[in-house]
Amino acid sequence: MEKSKEKTAVYLNGRLVGFHEDGSALTASLREKRRSGIISRQSNFAYFPRERSLYINTDSGRARRPYIVVDKGKSRLAPEVGEKLRKKEVSWDYLITNGIIEYLDAEEEENAFVATREEELTDEHTHLEIDPVSIVGVTVAQLPFPEYNSSPRITMACAMSKQSLGHYASNFNIRMDSRAHLLYYPQVPLVQTRPYRTLKFSKRPCGQNFVVAVATYYGYNMGDAIVINRNAIDRALARSVFYKTYETEERRYPGGQKDKFEIPQPTVAGYREEAMYAKLGEDGIIFPEAEVQAKDVLVGKTSPPRFLEEVSGFGIAEEKKRENSSVLKEGEEGFVDSVLLTESPSGNKLVKVKVRSVKIPETGDKFASRHGQKGVIGLLANQEDLPFTEHGVVPDLIINPHAIPSRMTAGHILEMLGGKAASMHGKIMDGTAFNGDKEETFSKILESYGFKSDGKERLYDGISGEAIEAEIFVGVVYYQKLHHLVSNKMHVRSRGPVQLLTHQPTEGRAREGGLRFGEMERDCLIGHGASMLLKERMLEESDKTTELICSKCGSVAVTDHIRNKSYCPLCGEADELYHIEISYAFKLLLDEIKAIGVFPRIMLKDKA
Amino acid sequence: MARKRAIDPGEAVGILSAQSIGEPGTQMTMRTFHYAGVAEQVPTGLPRLIEIVDVRRTPKKPTMEIYLTKEYSKNEESAKKIAEEIEEVSLGKIAEIRENFARKEIEIIPDEEGLKEQGLTRGDIVKKVKKTVSGSIREEGNSIVITPKTTLLRSVRRTTNKLRTLHIKGINGISRVVVLKGDGEYYIRTGGTNFEEVLKWKGVDSDRSYTNNIKEVEKVLGIEAGRNAIIKEAKQVLDMQKLDVDTRHIMLLADAMTMNGEIKPVGRHGLSGEKVSILARAAFEETIKHLIAAAVKSDEDRLLGVTENVIVGQEVPVGTGTVKLAMKMGKK
Repeated sequence: MEKSKEKTAVYLNGRLVGFHEDGSALTASLREKRRSGIISRQSNFAYFPRERSLYINTDSGRARRPYIVVDKGKSRLAPEVGEKLRKKEVSWDYLITNGIIEYLDAEEEENAFVATREEELTDEHTHLEIDPVSIVGVTVAQLPFPEYNSSPRITMACAMSKQSLGHYASNFNIRMDSRAHLLYYPQVPLVQTRPYRTLKFSKRPCGQNFVVAVATYYGYNMGDAIVINRNAIDRALARSVFYKTYETEERRYPGGQKDKFEIPQPTVAGYREEAMYAKLGEDGIIFPEAEVQAKDVLVGKTSPPRFLEEVSGFGIAEEKKRENSSVLKEGEEGFVDSVLLTESPSGNKLVKVKVRSVKIPETGDKFASRHGQKGVIGLLANQEDLPFTEHGVVPDLIINPHAIPSRMTAGHILEMLGGKAASMHGKIMDGTAFNGDKEETFSKILESYGFKSDGKERLYDGISGEAIEAEIFVGVVYYQKLHHLVSNKMHVRSRGPVQLLTHQPTEGRAREGGLRFGEMERDCLIGHGASMLLKERMLEESDKTTELICSKCGSVAVTDHIRNKSYCPLCGEADELYHIEISYAFKLLLDEIKAIGVFPRIMLKDKA
Repeated sequence: MARKRAIDPGEAVGILSAQSIGEPGTQMTMRTFHYAGVAEQVPTGLPRLIEIVDVRRTPKKPTMEIYLTKEYSKNEESAKKIAEEIEEVSLGKIAEIRENFARKEIEIIPDEEGLKEQGLTRGDIVKKVKKTVSGSIREEGNSIVITPKTTLLRSVRRTTNKLRTLHIKGINGISRVVVLKGDGEYYIRTGGTNFEEVLKWKGVDSDRSYTNNIKEVEKVLGIEAGRNAIIKEAKQVLDMQKLDVDTRHIMLLADAMTMNGEIKPVGRHGLSGEKVSILARAAFEETIKHLIAAAVKSDEDRLLGVTENVIVGQEVPVGTGTVKLAMKMGKK
């Protein structure tokens, strides 16, 4: 045992299988055998001389990725093989079976010294990256010029590209997604990357190429706001449709009862206004292309009562039904796009109604480029008021110059240049990470079309017609409309529903709720000594109630509604009762204290 | 002047102080600096502030700054000498202790160099050991062998542990000492504190020496000193982070913490837990406990504080809520 310490421990899939005299020689020979195909190509060997152990991994579930094998500073992918590959004489399998390319798992990667480019190869290198882009993942790979941006911005760009609206599926028309956005006239970016093409992303584009000027505009693009050309919007720039699908089912209840799709009778409990049912067909289901507003009924439905009716005075339990229709939510409107009648998995009648509404960009809608440069619309400016170039080009979008330096998104600038060159030249530019087109290329193209090589242009104020003193950087950037639209978020309340239990306002937009005046906000009012305002917020505008209190014993009085009389439940008398204003939540607290067996009293006293 | 700056009646000073300390505190969490290479890192930033406010009995890194009287502070040698005297030396530090379970013996092998450094002899050790351990002790060449009276394995192990921490010399609790120079004099910084003993030590300037253990300051120097220690420590934390908080906010906090003549923490077991109002306590933590306790004692809530009045739905007695209207009845 003592001796095995100097030997290399060999672990197979994490289990110690034995010891070997020379770990590095064993590892080398194992690897060579794998490359020549004697050992499975799916096995990986990780050798750690310091802890004298060799880990052999052959089990499932290891993430592996391919590298070109390097021998003494020479790539195994020789030029002649590359040539054959280009002519399609050999395939990927050939590279693998010949040990030119091998897959490493996370553990064996620890042993590898990988060169990013062939020129960088030294004798120490063990592997070569097939392409430097493969350092980054799929999401980063489709961003242009990521190597020019700061890493936090790349992270943000990745996160936001997943929120962009576009052509998300070609069968969108027959799909019944519960929520879906679809961009009008989506465009392919003018600056693309190689992985972007490989992934055939251009078949599912998710943005449009905007003419962007880096300038200020009367303060309407301060702090990440953007100014958009209203006329461009009118020409359907960044316009999208929003689909929302409502679902209802004719459910069965224990006791043989069932829901029913129908136009409810006015006698039904919870009957809405007649106008709300006006657009329904006689089966209780709305027609396609019907224009609907908030609170309109999409599918009329009645349900059996929640609790079984007690036998009525006449001895027969009469059937009382409850209104349970599917209603368009608050703040929504549009047209019924399609109606689907089908069966649910449990065999019940199921209706899906897809409502469509056009979302034209408005102030507050969110946009982002592929460089983590996000912003919301601060102003839709008329084209005649926006600056224009000598060619008469008016930008679609104006971003604030302050958005650039602190965030270090040079890629954004480069894309502007590349996009401009691409739109003049008529060719798509390459922004692949580490291997994209260079600034000089864009500059040359721009110069050949009579532009300044740095992309700056003389702009003229649209209002005064005067030339703007500073030259302004104008370019073309691929911008994405993100699915944070004001119209889906806007919410106001002055009065509205309250909760049953506490009598306090409901919470959340869907319930037409109020905004919580929380503990810290409360502290602020106290800090200001604004006692009256605090009382108004916490009481008058919330759950104020009046209660009758017995001044003798301090208990809350009860009211006999039949005799219309209030009396103290403890003293049984009614002569010493006084009205006090308290919050309903406090009344509830008193009730709950009583419930734990403690009797709280309210001792009254005249206000001094 | 002072009168002009007096706070207005009804000003919500507590909330103002809480917010004034709390708001910069949120920024502190995000930039807790770690100074590389500084020995004896005392926790700074939010962790230390929490420590102060919670009044931990012993801070994470208790340290003292011991200033010396004139005759010792000018000379590095004399300062070092005091430092060495003060430093606590346990047996485990200067000797290797081995257990021999087979013979039920404990062997102490003193480190000769360590002994010399501390100015100790083997005799000192033997003397000390004799005092603590019951059993026979004999010297065997280099080592001291102890045969404990009770030979149960467990008690042998207990004795070794006792021996390891056996106090040989110095002041209890002072584990490390460093002599530093500043302002033309030498002073001692320690790891571990024992304020009371240090102040009694000859050569120590008891007027200027300081410990960061607030509880100890209170114990040794009294509640006023405790209050000042809270202010000093809290201020130090905030200053280090370059947060500008008015001293008076911290003073109010320290006053609130020391008002009963004893330092108490801010949280559940201190300030908030000792509020007069039942409702305010119930709203804070352990609702049921407070309600039941109040019921048992048939307590009354006079609704004099802020929280209770918010709960009930009345004007709170701060700011505009402090004003009462009294009508002067005309003479009939």
